[in-house]
Amino acid sequence: MSPTTRIERDNAWPEISFEERIGTAEFRIHEKAHISVNGDSCRGCTTRECVVACPANLFVPTSDGGILFNYENCFECGTCYLVCNTEGAISWTYPEGGYGIVFHRT
Amino acid sequence: MTSRPTAPHDADIIVVGAGPAGSCAAIAAAREGKSVILIERGPFPGSKNMYGGVVYARILDELVPSWWETAPVQRWVVKRSTMLLSDTGALNVDFRANAWGAPPYNGATAYRPDFDNWLAGRAVDAGARLVCSTTVTGLLRDARGRIEGVKTDRPDGDLRAPVVIACDGVNSFLAKESGLYPHTDASHFTLGVKETLALPKHIIDERFGVRDNHGVDIEILGGTSGVNGGGFIYTNLDTIGLGVVLNLPKLAAQRKRPEEIIADLKRHPAIAPLIEGAEVKEYSAHVIPEAGFDMMPTMVADGMLVAGDAAALCLAAGIWLEGVNFAMASGMYAGQTAAEALTKNDVSARGLSGYTNRLETSFVLRDHKKLRKIPHLVLSDRVQHQYPAFVAGVVERVFRVDNPHPKPGVRRIVREERKKAGIRLRDLLRDGWTGVRGFG
Repeated sequence: MSPTTRIERDNAWPEISFEERIGTAEFRIHEKAHISVNGDSCRGCTTRECVVACPANLFVPTSDGGILFNYENCFECGTCYLVCNTEGAISWTYPEGGYGIVFHRT
Repeated sequence: MTSRPTAPHDADIIVVGAGPAGSCAAIAAAREGKSVILIERGPFPGSKNMYGGVVYARILDELVPSWWETAPVQRWVVKRSTMLLSDTGALNVDFRANAWGAPPYNGATAYRPDFDNWLAGRAVDAGARLVCSTTVTGLLRDARGRIEGVKTDRPDGDLRAPVVIACDGVNSFLAKESGLYPHTDASHFTLGVKETLALPKHIIDERFGVRDNHGVDIEILGGTSGVNGGGFIYTNLDTIGLGVVLNLPKLAAQRKRPEEIIADLKRHPAIAPLIEGAEVKEYSAHVIPEAGFDMMPTMVADGMLVAGDAAALCLAAGIWLEGVNFAMASGMYAGQTAAEALTKNDVSARGLSGYTNRLETSFVLRDHKKLRKIPHLVLSDRVQHQYPAFVAGVVERVFRVDNPHPKPGVRRIVREERKKAGIRLRDLLRDGWTGVRGFG
């Protein structure tokens, strides 16, 4: 894409890191994970749909070919299990009542 | 919370999920004198809910008269824009109706945690018992397999009622567990990601050409980095909701992450000046049931009704993007039907079948049936990847003054731009016909 077609000025708005981005949302974290990922299933997976699609970036590939998963900053959207092509790799439930994502009121 | 041995039921009706569908179900049923428990897994209603959207609350006239006087609205939408983005340009079709900025109003922007919390409050006013911070973990069935309540994550958390209304959202575990939703196809869903961007009110007013509590709704085709979907911008009082909606398998099949696709949209020359200097106040995400009529589950089982996103009642038909109104209406009809069935003492699927009738004779299923081909058309590869550049190319050449050359005929421009975009006339005509018939 040629630079004339896109606005690339640095000062158009503040760039934020992914950590800052996720930091804008409130998560009430329960000690118990509501989603679990079966490492054995993931090790054989080559497509890894969850890694690119999860809006909270919770699926991180590891050097040994597995997937590292964090449940803490989950939006509870369901994208990961819907895009996953590996039967049984992702076990997905809602967090305990009162926990998890809390979107802002005014 | 346990069922008492003397009274086997904790309520007449258990509503799962205090979103727009659940709260309207609770209001409707409580109005008919039924005892209702409304269960919400978040710490307050709306805490789990986001959208990129507008609330069209006309259907609330029946349940909450003069709702606009108390509903926590951000701005009343008086300007609707449909924007077609190509890499190099934008076509914006703009409509303003100032009448929409005065009672009885048309559409409003609102924060869902505000709006849903307010609506659940109306259910409490009507007599429903709201139980928050409680996750429903499954269904209770009697010896004959009929649904007779729900399990929750509270100690002794089983709750029994003759009718359960599942308004548990797009992932509806209750619809799936009950067998009403036999399979889920990822291509029927989109991921919505949104930035709530803070800007002073007067700057939003100036940039979007509105005043007071009047606002703007912009729907965007193109600008999603080649992932089938769309973009949106909505004005709140002192924030802007900007985001993209992305078809799940198409998103998963490429390398760009959702927040990068948003960043790219924000850099487009037609978008960047609108949001310059704005800071991200909140980032959020949610899945949307996008395929309309073709993905809907069976709505009725013995002892259970399904409403709102749980029933895939979300309309993604290009120029019409609606969900909260379909949720409120289906919830209301579910609540009315459940109350009626209880009075007649028949809560079997047959006794509850009036719900399907109500949906079919109202806008809920009439709109969805009429527009059933449109969601597929809007997300099709041609509409997504070829038509925006084609249309922008035509308009650019129509308006470019290229003297000393005389103006070329519009028909010639259309033919040349169509060929440049690689669109076969046959396909263009076929899509046009699908659109004309579908929008009827």
